[in-house]
Amino acid sequence: MSNVESVAQTQAGANGGAGDERAEKPRSLAGDAWQDLRRNWIFWAALVLVVLVVTMAAFPSLFTSADPRLCQLSRQHAGPSGSAIFGYNFQGCDVYARTIYGARNSVLIGLTATIISGIIGLVIGMAAGYFGGWVDAVLARGIDIVLGIPTLLGAIVLARRLTSDPESSGFWAVALTLGVLTWTTAARIMRSSVISAKQQDYVAAARMLGAGHARLMIRHILPNAAAPFVVVLTILLGINIATEATLTFLGVGLRGNAISWGIDIAVASPFVRETATPLVWPSVFLAATVLAFIMLGDAVRDAFDPRLR
Amino acid sequence: MLATVGIMVRLPSRQPPMLVSQRTWDMFRYFVRRVLQGVLTFFGATFIVYALMFANQDDPLQALAGERPLPDNVRQVLTERYHLDEPFIFQYGHYMRGLLTGDFGISLTNRKISEMMEQAWPVTFRLAVYALIIAVLVAVTAGVVSGIRRGGPFDTVTLFITLILLSLPIVVLAPLARLLFGVQLGWFPPTSGAEPGLYQLTLPAFVLASLVVATQLRVTRASVAENLRSDYVRTARAKGLSKRRVIGVHVLRNSLIPVVTLIGLDLGGLMAGAIVTESVFNIPGVGFNLFRGIRTEDGPLVVGFVSILVIVFLVVNLIVDMLYAVLDPRIRYE
Amino acid sequence: MTDIKAEIDVLPGLDSSARLLEVEDLHVEFRTQAGVAKAINGVNLGLDPGETLAILGESGCGKSVTAQAIMGILDSPPGFVTGGEIRYRGVDLLKLSEQERRKVRANHIAMIFQDALSALNPVFSVGFQLGELFRIHRGMSRQDAKRRSIELLDMVKIPAARQRINDYPHQFSGGMRQRVMIAMALALDPRVLIADEPTTALDVTVQAQIMSLLAELQRERNMGLILITHDMGVVADVADRISVMYAGKVVEEAPVLDIYAKPAHPYTKALLESIPRLDLKGQQLNVIKGLPPNLTRIPAGCPFHPRCAYARDVCRADPPPPQYDVAAGRTARCHFWTEVVGDEPAVK
Repeated sequence: MSNVESVAQTQAGANGGAGDERAEKPRSLAGDAWQDLRRNWIFWAALVLVVLVVTMAAFPSLFTSADPRLCQLSRQHAGPSGSAIFGYNFQGCDVYARTIYGARNSVLIGLTATIISGIIGLVIGMAAGYFGGWVDAVLARGIDIVLGIPTLLGAIVLARRLTSDPESSGFWAVALTLGVLTWTTAARIMRSSVISAKQQDYVAAARMLGAGHARLMIRHILPNAAAPFVVVLTILLGINIATEATLTFLGVGLRGNAISWGIDIAVASPFVRETATPLVWPSVFLAATVLAFIMLGDAVRDAFDPRLR
Repeated sequence: MLATVGIMVRLPSRQPPMLVSQRTWDMFRYFVRRVLQGVLTFFGATFIVYALMFANQDDPLQALAGERPLPDNVRQVLTERYHLDEPFIFQYGHYMRGLLTGDFGISLTNRKISEMMEQAWPVTFRLAVYALIIAVLVAVTAGVVSGIRRGGPFDTVTLFITLILLSLPIVVLAPLARLLFGVQLGWFPPTSGAEPGLYQLTLPAFVLASLVVATQLRVTRASVAENLRSDYVRTARAKGLSKRRVIGVHVLRNSLIPVVTLIGLDLGGLMAGAIVTESVFNIPGVGFNLFRGIRTEDGPLVVGFVSILVIVFLVVNLIVDMLYAVLDPRIRYE
Repeated sequence: MTDIKAEIDVLPGLDSSARLLEVEDLHVEFRTQAGVAKAINGVNLGLDPGETLAILGESGCGKSVTAQAIMGILDSPPGFVTGGEIRYRGVDLLKLSEQERRKVRANHIAMIFQDALSALNPVFSVGFQLGELFRIHRGMSRQDAKRRSIELLDMVKIPAARQRINDYPHQFSGGMRQRVMIAMALALDPRVLIADEPTTALDVTVQAQIMSLLAELQRERNMGLILITHDMGVVADVADRISVMYAGKVVEEAPVLDIYAKPAHPYTKALLESIPRLDLKGQQLNVIKGLPPNLTRIPAGCPFHPRCAYARDVCRADPPPPQYDVAAGRTARCHFWTEVVGDEPAVK
């Protein structure tokens, strides 16, 4: 143990003991983490951004009264005017309105994909960690196999496969694709959390009191294994939003009439020499959204990491 | 683990044969074990890729051809070529046999996929290695410095930059970089041309490197910070070793272990990023061809290229795992 | 075989007539977010060749910090030496440059640590870690360093040294690893060895083996040994003198037999009385009530007073008790040491 740690330990012990008038609350990991988070401006900035983007996705009309689908070729590449503060794109659509409305698809797909990912990861990670033995061996090989397929490559193949109907926007195809390919990290985290939680005394106690597998898993192990899992999912949400944009850019994601940042970037790229704003603004919004989720997850993870104290 | 493979394979015994040192023998056993694991993953991954494209389709040929109409004579030829009148598992067998003998099929444009791959491969390889070297150099040096002076100004700035890089999707970064450095500032050519040399590949390499430099830097930083607090550092100092040696030899060796394993996984990200980067910068490599295959809905091309890339990914990860065993002796004896 | 020990030994000012190791009025503090922790507050120690000094005390009393200050390997920041002198054969180590201090480490004063598994670098072979000392400090070639390393492993009685030299730390058992650490510390023939809880992490039987190995090596080399421990049982066999530390001060110093027979400080007395004894089975264990003080807020006067059975008003106020001379070679920091010596122990 380093000197500082043993000094700190002595202080912590002494705080409850001799010669201290002030009663100090016992320190817990969550309490310490919250103290750290409160003072971390990155955490607050990210939180504000996330709330902003989610509001944009849920209530776009709060931010703009314009109709993103009202496109007139006569206004092609026109500059900003009136409420269209970002100007018009190649098809004469209001870039600002499209960017605001684009948030909905990106956030929703990211969220859906992450939820699917989370469910698969939870089930597999819990099963592998809890049952151990050959179940774990088989599932671990399964994780290896899915890991063996780089996400984007698998997504290219899978998304094409799932979008059979040329009319649909491909929302569910993309969400399912991403969900099915990105659960591995979450599963691994859940597995290791479950393995360490399983060895705790309170689990043995509950088992001796007659708790069955399901009850043990849900009521006793899961709450303690949840924190790092949720952090991974938060970061995964950011990554999924970025991956969806990449897929859409490549032509295998959302298509047709859907409004999304990926589509806007893809459409604006060839014309970047004439006007950069239809490319720049969706890019900025996309980057800021992804940044916000990753920063949030990062800050929470650092706050909970006892080794960084 | 071996039981799940379902084969009664026995690892070579612990005792080395004559003339072979224990150390070499341990590494060999580890290698055999990893290859056995890798074989299973290989079959599983390629099966999934294949199944994703071809399983349970009503009209697989139409799926292969995308939205183009399919005349009957072409249909006849294709059915024979892809053995579509046989049960699925045989189809997979043909596909695997093809994979293992280097026959990856023929694209819808009637070119042998293995030839296309041979042509496109060198450029992408150069680009990827270039990008990886840049990424590792930047990430490890900055990561070590950040790890040593955690919380200092260099660290804060670096962390901030990596955060931005982490969240900028490649679809944003590549076009913007090309716009800024290629078109507007003119520092690098915005298009690389047919036989790109180092200069032409520099901007795309940097763009590609940015995909992985952020995570590598953070892992190095965390690893260095954690190792600096280890007990063996105190022992090394008590031995009268200079700070340079303690950090440069003792800490670094331990800190690099997680970074090396990360490089293997990073390759997957690099491959994905190469698709976008090569198409944005017009580099005639694997990614560019794959992108064009997607755009033109050339099914066999897409499946062929993806299969090859998956194989490459698995092989590189095997190599990385071996490297990991060389660096961390505790792994060899599991 | 190259051996340039003669040149390395020339440390300016070394005086072979001065005491081997002398620590005078050492002060060390740790500046943390929670305040300044005064870890060492005026410690005096002395060591002669062939002598074993045991430093005894609870966790956090400052024993390891003292050792690290002597070696010069304090984590700084947050640790700072704020006063005192550490004289090795007359040379004040605190006044040396870092480069000169590095020469002192391992060559003149060496240290071994508690948990050999984490104290040894897991990714380098034992031969590498031993040979490093010879290559760096003595400029030996790899071959020569390897040969010397094998000899070292033999010296600490590790069987099949020639084969084991290429093994990694995790391939050794706990006791073997500790022997490797001892070999590493004694490689360059230092005059002083500091052992920081060398047997705490080991089984009792292995403990005994390691302690006897240390004793034997010390005798052969006429080395000074500082043994840091919280285990009074280990100390009784091995030590010549004991310094008991509390809250960063030496509260009692005495030859080992005198301390066990008649302690002169309430803390020492309480420690002795808290040792569980087989012949008192069934009775309640004696514990020292209370906790060690928070080093950022050390109580005024005698730091032990909140937990002391003998405490009176004078103990609660500054100045803290000075070192009283109890007998030749014995001191105690207690105003009422005569009472402590005179009292019968609570348990016989």
